[in-house]
Parts: sequence; structure tokens; C-alpha cells
Amino acid sequence: MLLRVEDLHKRYGKEEVLRGVSFSLEKGETKVIIGPSGTGKSTLLRCINRLTEPDRGRVFLEDVEITSPRVNINKIRAQIGFVFQDFNLFTHLTALDNVRLGLMRVKGLSKKEATERAMRELARVGLADKAKAYPAELSGGQQQRVSIARALAMDPKLILFDEPTSALDPELIGEVLSVMVELAQSGMTMLVVTHEMGFARSVADEIIFMEKGVIVEQGPPEQLFKSPKHPRTVEFLRRITELYGGEK
Amino acid sequence: MNLVFRWAWLPRLAQGLALTLELTGLSMALGAAFGIVLALVRVYAKGPLMPLYGLASAYVHFFRGTPLLVQLMALYYGLPTLGVAMSPFTASLLALTLNTAAYQAEYFRGAIQSVKSGQMLAARALGLTRLQAIRYVVLPQALRLVIPPWSNELVYMMKGSAVVYLVGVLELMGQAKNIAAREFRNFEVYIVVALFYLALVFLFTVILRFVENRTRIPGLGVPGRP
Amino acid sequence: MSLEHWLKVWASLPVLLQGLSVNLALLGGLLSLGFFLGLVFAVLEVYGPKPLRLCAALYSWVFRSIPEILLLLLMWFGPAQFGVRIAPFTAAVLALGLRSSAYQAQIFRGALQAVPAGQMLAARALGLSKFQAVRHVLLPQALRLSLAGWGNEFAVVLKDTTLAYAVGVVEVMRQARYLGSREMPLTLPAYITVALLFLVLTYAGLFALGALEKRLRIPGLEARR
Repeated sequence: MLLRVEDLHKRYGKEEVLRGVSFSLEKGETKVIIGPSGTGKSTLLRCINRLTEPDRGRVFLEDVEITSPRVNINKIRAQIGFVFQDFNLFTHLTALDNVRLGLMRVKGLSKKEATERAMRELARVGLADKAKAYPAELSGGQQQRVSIARALAMDPKLILFDEPTSALDPELIGEVLSVMVELAQSGMTMLVVTHEMGFARSVADEIIFMEKGVIVEQGPPEQLFKSPKHPRTVEFLRRITELYGGEK
Repeated sequence: MNLVFRWAWLPRLAQGLALTLELTGLSMALGAAFGIVLALVRVYAKGPLMPLYGLASAYVHFFRGTPLLVQLMALYYGLPTLGVAMSPFTASLLALTLNTAAYQAEYFRGAIQSVKSGQMLAARALGLTRLQAIRYVVLPQALRLVIPPWSNELVYMMKGSAVVYLVGVLELMGQAKNIAAREFRNFEVYIVVALFYLALVFLFTVILRFVENRTRIPGLGVPGRP
Repeated sequence: MSLEHWLKVWASLPVLLQGLSVNLALLGGLLSLGFFLGLVFAVLEVYGPKPLRLCAALYSWVFRSIPEILLLLLMWFGPAQFGVRIAPFTAAVLALGLRSSAYQAQIFRGALQAVPAGQMLAARALGLSKFQAVRHVLLPQALRLSLAGWGNEFAVVLKDTTLAYAVGVVEVMRQARYLGSREMPLTLPAYITVALLFLVLTYAGLFALGALEKRLRIPGLEARR
């Protein structure tokens, strides 16, 4: 088991965003988390690498308890890729330098090694020719692909995707999704929060449906989409089909 | 009325100009170093470092809330009564540095806080420590954003440094005052010095524009772009 | 520097306060002068014909680029050169007031330009003259938007009134200097007391201006920050 999440709780003031979430992830597995906005999906991802500190509960990466105060969280974060909804590429750095920063400052690679590695990852997401471009000179889709390259370059054990296509214009979503599909097929372990049901259906090994801070239902895509058990899942799927027109 | 101008004034004034540039340059550089530290403390200090935050804030408010002239006089005339005597130049450099550090701290703080929070988040997600994230991600952006207010501060200090002639430093104003007193040509000498300052300000404005353009990065500090 | 010295300075507080009242008189004079000239220059810079605009811009640049203390000396020795004697106090108000007008012009100009163009159009469409439109529609909005920047200028010129020391105005710095030369050990306590007085004045003034800004606030009309 690569990742194990046990009974995570998080509260912001009066609002209880996570109310005891538990699940696990096998090596090479892709799980997709779906659910209405504001149900704690992003908070859950951020609690996993402790960008947000959970109030209660434990998270294990392989045998290491991430949530232990004794752990060097920076070492752990270097092993967990994170892809943000709004990319968060470093504004003052070129695409190449964005990918190189972690390699040089966290992994301690030489500039030469880091450059080689970074160029390989940029090529993998189809952006080798944009290495010298600053984020503001790239389209949203290209920025998100650079940010995936930035995560990949660290050789992560898994990558967390926080609604990676929500900030994109519709015509740019495809290029990002196809990079993610390739990743999943190459055996990368992925945990993806998304509203892209087509992606969820075709790539996920398992779907997790979350609402109001708890996991309502989880299962393989065919089962969850075709014959959901819980009435809340049925309701959510009905609404999302109305909104997005079903299959993409 | 007859206005008189003598070429013989120029060498002295040039000496004074050199000292004005030295005082401005040194105080701005030292003030920047101190100002960045103050700003970092004011933005990032938390937990056990909270007392530092209080100290830094008190410092900034005190030095921004009181006249430079008082600070200078207290250092030059006041400290010797405690047995700490300084040369006019040292006292002046110290006063200018302490003063500009407080102002620069606020410019740096504003710049640091205008770096989007997602930048810190993304840096931490990669495994950078807080200090590394500040060093490699936040500060490089903040330093570029701070150039316009910093340019204003430079001009302000170039002008502000003129008060140090009151404790006997022979910078541009000090030299002017000596010439004026010797030759009874106050108005003319001060007009020439005013032209010196106009030229200086013009020159530095042009240079800093150039620096700003050279260090510009698309998407950073350009309003109206996401 | 002992308690005894502090007590002596405390006993001389009335003298220092009297000096400070001269600073406040300077402040009142220079702020008023700067306000009216600044307003005129700002309106000229935004709405005036091109040659006037350039003159206003040049004026503004010159007075923002020459050291305050040099302006003071020029204003003191300049008229004398032409046979006119003026008091140090007047010279100080003129010099610092002209300087402040250059800065205030910049503040008002920014505020005038921040008022949406539609306001002028709507006023002219009603039949108001350009001058009337500026007077009754643009300025009331612009002055509210200026308050934040104006507070900044207030804090700067309040402290600059101490520069009148250089032309011999008997203000608070001069009084503190007298205390120190009468009795050396009083020097530092006297200057520290002056510093504290300015600290109080600066923050009290800024607080009052903040309160004024709040009172004058109109929903939908806010300085964009």
C-alpha cells in the first residue's frame, strides 16, 4: 500500500470541512475524487502533504507516518507531486527554471544534471520548445503542463491533482487531460480531484464520491456511474450530467 | 542686482557632490540590507519570534514618525553626553541609514506581501523549506516589484542627505555654504547647487528606469494581466 | 543622562511646546499654500491647454527634485538678492509650501484621473461648462480619493517643518538645542522628547485623517488600492 489516509478531520472556525475521511491507494493506481464544490476535496489533498495541517487523523506514505511531528515534511513533500488548480508556476522563472528549482534546491542536483532532467520532463509534456518562456508567455494549458513536468521531475511516488483543468478555457482542457492519461497508463500513482467525468470514467481505477466532508461512496467507475448505491451519489451524477452533457 | 558666477566654485562643489553620492549610496545599500531583514521579520515572524515582530514594528514606526533632523541631532550632539562620540560623517551616515531602513522596510514589506500566496504554496509543495521558498521564490519577485518605490526613496535620500551639512559634513550643501559665506554670494551658489541636484535626480531616474526595464519579467508586476 | 536631567527637560516642556507651536503654525501655512497651489496645478495638468500642462509638470518636477533645505535657503537669500527682506518664518512657509504644492498636485492629479471619464461626459451632457463640471462633479470625488495620499504628505511635511531650524526660525529644534547648550547633559533627553512629540503628532494626525476619510466615504467611491 502506497498511501493510507486514516480518519482525517479538519475544521475552519465553525465549519467542519473534513469529518473523518479514510481511504488508501495502491502503487500504480489512479483514484479520482468527485463531489460538489466546497465539500473538502481540495482540503483533503492539502492535508495529505500537510500544506494544510489536519486537526486529527493520520496519513502514511508507505511505512512513514507523514502526520507525525517528528517527520521532515520537506523530504516527504519532495516525494509527493502536487498540481494546483491555478498552476502556481513561479512567475519570475522560465519554464525550464520552474522545473529545475526543486531539482537543484531540494534534491541537490548539479545545474547540468538538473537541466538534462528538466528538459526530459518538458519534452514528455510536449513543451521542450517553450523552455525559455516565462509563465505569462504561455497559455493556461501550457502552464499546467509545465507544472506537471515540475512535479514529475522530482520522481514522486504519487502525484496529487487539485482540479487541474478547472481554471482552463474549454479548448485547452484536452491537452492537459491527455498528458494525465499518458501518465496514468505509464503506471504513475495518481489522486485526482476533478469535475471531468469522461476522464474519471476512462482512467480511474476507482472513484471516490465525497460530500460534506465525508466519503459517501467509492467503487470502480462502471459500478459507481452505472449503478450508484447511495441516493446522494445518484443526485450528484444527475446534476453533473445536466451541467456538462454527460460523456465528453 | 547683479548675479555672479565663478568657475572656481566648481572643484569644491564636485568634491561635495562626491561625498553626497557616497553618503546616499552607502546609506541606501546599508538601509536596504537592514530594511529587508525588518520586512522579513514583520511578514514572517511567528511563534517564538513574535517579540522580534514587535521590536521591528516599533522601530519602523519610530523612525518614520520622527524627523530625520532630530535623529541626526540626537546622534551627533546627544550621544557624546553618554560618552559615545562620532565624527560628523559617521553620525550622518548612521542617521541616514537608520532612517531609510525604516522606510525601505515598508516598501519591501509591501512587495513581499504582493507576491501571490500560491507561489509560497507551490514552493513548499516541492519540498523547499520556508527559508528556501523565501530566498528562491518570494524575494526574487519582491525585489523586482520594489524597484519603483525604491527609486523614489533613493531620490528622497539624495535630497534628504543635504541636512547633514547642519552638523558640519562638507557634502554638496556643506561646500556650498562655505563658498557662500566666504564670498557673500549665497543666492548664486545655492542656485548652482540646485542645478546640481536637478541633474542628479534626472540622471538617477533615467538609470533606475533602465534597470527596471532590464529586470522586467512578463507577468510580474504588470497590472491587468493574470 | 540621569533622571534628574529628564526632570529638568520635563520642567522645560512648556518651552519645547512653545517651539512646537511654531512648527504647527508653519505646518498650517505651508499645507494651505500647498493645497491651493497644488489644486490649481493639478487641474491645469489634467484639463489645461498643452503649454500650461507642460509648465505645471516642469514646476512639479523641479520642486520635487531640489532638497527641501536648499529651497529654504534659496527662499531666504533669493528675495534679499533683489532687495526684498522677508522673515525666516515667511521664507520657510513659502519654500515648504511651494514644495508641498508640487507633491499635492501629483496627488490631486492622480485622483482626478481616477474619476471615471463618464462623470465628465454626463456633467457636460447636462450643459455644465468644463469649469463647472470640474468644480461640482470631478473635484468633490477627487478630493475624497486624495485623502489617503494627502495623509502621507501631511506626515512628511509635519516632520519637514523642523528644517526651518536652518534659517534661524525659533521652532522646537532650536529650543531643544538651546536646552542642550545651556546644560550639556540635557541634549539627548531634549531631542528624545522632541522625537516623541512628533511621534504623537504624526500618528494623531493620521488617525484624525483616517476618521475624516471614513466620515466622508461614499459607497461605490473608493480609492483603488
